[in-house]
Order: sequence, then structure tokens, then C-alpha cells
Amino acid sequence: MGAFKLGNMTFGSLFKKPETVKYPVEKKPQPEGLKGLIAIDVNNCILCGMCDRSCPTDCITVDKAESYWSIDRFACIQCNYCVTVCPKGCLSMRPDYAPAGATRQALRFDVPKQEKAAKKETPKAEPKQAEAKAEKAPEESKPACASADVRDEVLEAKLAGMDPEKASKVRAALGL
Amino acid sequence: MGKKSVIPFGPQHPVLPEPLHLDLVVEDEVVIEATPQIGFVHRGLERLVQTRDYNQFIYVAERICGICAFGHSMGYAETIERLMGVEIPKRAEYLRVIWHELSRVHSHILWLGLAADAFGHEALFMHCWRLRERVLDLFEKTTGGRVIFSVVKVGGVQRDIDASMLNQFVSVLEGIMGEYQQICRAFLEDSSVRNRTSGVGVISTERALDLSMVGPFARASNVPYDVRSLGNGAYGDLSDFQPIVSSNCDCYARMEVRAAEVIQSIAIIKELAAKIPAGDIAVPVKGAPAVDSEACNVVEQPRGECYYYAKGNGTKYLDRMRMRTPTSQNLAGMAVALNGCDIADVNMIVLTIDPCISCTER
Repeated sequence: MGAFKLGNMTFGSLFKKPETVKYPVEKKPQPEGLKGLIAIDVNNCILCGMCDRSCPTDCITVDKAESYWSIDRFACIQCNYCVTVCPKGCLSMRPDYAPAGATRQALRFDVPKQEKAAKKETPKAEPKQAEAKAEKAPEESKPACASADVRDEVLEAKLAGMDPEKASKVRAALGL
Repeated sequence: MGKKSVIPFGPQHPVLPEPLHLDLVVEDEVVIEATPQIGFVHRGLERLVQTRDYNQFIYVAERICGICAFGHSMGYAETIERLMGVEIPKRAEYLRVIWHELSRVHSHILWLGLAADAFGHEALFMHCWRLRERVLDLFEKTTGGRVIFSVVKVGGVQRDIDASMLNQFVSVLEGIMGEYQQICRAFLEDSSVRNRTSGVGVISTERALDLSMVGPFARASNVPYDVRSLGNGAYGDLSDFQPIVSSNCDCYARMEVRAAEVIQSIAIIKELAAKIPAGDIAVPVKGAPAVDSEACNVVEQPRGECYYYAKGNGTKYLDRMRMRTPTSQNLAGMAVALNGCDIADVNMIVLTIDPCISCTER
């Protein structure tokens, strides 16, 4: 019996390294298998819609007619089920957390049409679609981006309308 | 005799991690009656089973509760496997039990921290949660998640743990043992903690049986009931398993039981990590549960026995999924334990049942 049984431990922790890290300057290493965000390799996607049908939160939309795959990152629960059902293995779980977004919008990825359908005209990115792309991280949009110029224009237009200080922060975050 | 008055306790209260409302009838600072009320976080998850197929529902099931997430996904998957007559590989059973015991370790250390916070020992609270962080890191490395793992699937598990990682499990758990024992000393031998918990909220063994109490709450009242001793899955391969009980029947006993269960869980993980067989981690499951097929299952969650019932209807969508969670069993015991206690002890008693209201309401 007696009080201060934790005295040694508490006193000892005065001379130890802090347990916490100075985020965001210092970050904890992310393990390889971390469930961060779902990424798609659009070149392999056959738009079969298995991921759309299997998603427990209905956050994935596959549109064969318009040839796109989209995901609502706010609704995604990173359960990895879509990755396991994908017959072509074009979906993967990336070990980075999804970048923060200011608005809730589904990210749209254009899927290049397969050879049979190549004769048909590929639908151009509409302004709404380009706007959605502007919200996401640049490296994520690269494989899917059919119209990078449109995206940059929209982004620049948005940044011009912002508070200069905020705009510089967004530029830094996007690596522009 | 003073005048009776009713003091509302919760749903927002510093000691409660989840919303529970109590109407405390108080006379001279002594509680003479306590009426619990729940219903603040009902999400209708049992109804959702009719709109999500049995594979999708596993991700819903594990979101019933943040702390016993793994237990719920495991309990649900086992129920569906029984419903469809699927036998899973031995390695998958071992992996499930290893993760399940690891989640018991993190749940109990979390609870010990909350208990320390409830009686006002902030340093102890922080040390507990610091140790829990090491366990969460192990989860993050092996499952990709810290609290919600999504690693169980019907027919087995989604990820394997290799031998080097299993060794890391054992070395990390052995590494925290020294500090954990110091923390246990503070909980079990410190006079300030003992004065606050000893003789508070006593429930006798007979009363505990009458009230159908489960889990560490019942075991602290000397009821030797633990679902793990039934030997389901890899628990059957343990060399020895004895439920940890205490005969003190008070808040101190509940702390003692949980503190000892962490050590027991670490021993189980060590034993299974040494014994784990090689082989597949999952079997493919095709088809749907038969019409009117029924299955039930029990799992020892960190908070006690959780019962699962499932009914199939010939499609991929279940007809009914029912879960009876440990806290719903223990609320009656809590109301009885509160009778006759001091108003200052209410938060300690409420916390010692380890209430998980999200589980209870689903």
C-alpha cells in the first residue's frame, strides 16, 4: 500500500524522448499496407461495374456509356472490398491518406475506350468534370486526365479569385 | 431523512465516452434508484442487413463499435460460415484469434486509462494510452487500419501475418510488459486508487447470476463464465485456459480482472504465434444461405459475451441479423450496483461496466 506508485514512471518520463511527433514538420512513417485511398489504373479498367455493385457505401460510380469511373472520397470507408472483387486488378489501395477537400465532390476518372470502341469519339471533359479534377491531388489525376490544360485553366481561375495568401498555400500544397 | 430529488446524469458527461442517460433518484447524497435510458446513437444497422449482401455487411458489422470492431467482424463472419456450412483454414482461425486478443489488449488498456481519468489520475490515464498506442501500431502494420481493420472476410481473413511480424508482435508485447506491470501496480496497490474503488458498487455472485451479467463485470463478481473456455476456433488449441475471476465483487475487482486479462491475452498471443500452422488463409465462399437456414454464435468480446443470430432466405441478402451485445446484458447490473452508492461514486460504477452504448443500440 501507499500512494505515488506511479512516481517512478512519471519521474522517468521527464528524461525520455517525447512520445509524440511534431506534426506536420515530422510525420510518423506510414506502413506499407496502410489503407489510405483507392487508386485506379484507368488503362486496365474495363468498366465492368463490379466495384460499383460491391461497394457497401455506394461511393463508386461506373458509367460505361460515358466511359468514366468516379469515387466519392468522403463516402469511401477504405474497406478494400472493391480491390478484392476487381477482375482486372486495376484498383489498388494506396498507403497515403486522401488529401483534404473543401467541397464534397466525386472524383471522376476518364477511362480510355477499348480498341473495339476506339472508333467512337471519346467524350471531352466537361467543365464540371474538369472542376472535379481540380480538387484532387495532381499525381492522382495524371493517369486519368484527358484534358490537363482545361484543368490547369480552371485551377488558375479559382486561385485568382482567392485570397493571395490562401492561394499561395494551395499552390504549395499542389506543388505548382 | 432528506428530500428526494432527481439528478440527470448524461447523455453528455465528462466520464462517458458514449451517450447514456441516467435518472438518479438521490436522497442525502445517496442514490436510491437509477434508471438508465439509451437511444441516442441508434443507427438501425440490423435493418441494413436486408439491403447489403452478406459480404458487404461485414464492413457494416465492424462499424457497430469502434473498440470491439474486430470482435464484431469475426463474430459475424463465423455466424455466416456456420449458416453456409463453410469450414475455414486453421491458419485463418489462428490469425483471427491473435487479432482478437490483441484488440482485447487495446480495449482493456483503453478502459484502464478511462478508469484512471474517472477517478482523477491524469498521469495514469496518459501512461495507459501511451502503451495502447504501441498495440495500435501493430494493428496498423498488419491490417492497414488502427481501429477499423476490415481484415476479416467470410471464409477466412484478407491478410496474412508473416513469421517476422508475429515475432515482432511478441517482442512488442513483451516490451510493454515492464511498463504495464508498473501501471498495474499503480492501479492495484496505490492507496489513493484503492480507497476510491474498494467496496464501491458491490454485486454478489448470486445477484450477478440473477442479472445475467457477462464479461469482466460478471467475472469480478466471481462468475467463472468466459466464452473462450468453450474452445471455439483456435481457442480449442490452447494448452490451458482458465477464466480470470475475483471474489471482491466491487469496482476494485473489476479493475483487477481487466488488468489480469491483458496479461492473459498477451500469453494467448504468444502461445498461438508459436503454434500457428502454415497454409491458406481463406477459402472461396460461393452461393447464398439456404431458405430458412438459421445459425447462432457466441464470441467473448472485450466487454463480455456477444450473441449473434442470422437467418438466410435463399438470396445473398440475409433475412435477419441479430446481435445481443455485452453492455445490454450489463446495464441491469449497473442499475443495481448504483442503488445505495454515493453520488460521487456514480461515475466510477458506470465506468466499471465498460459501457459500450454504440454496441447496445446498433
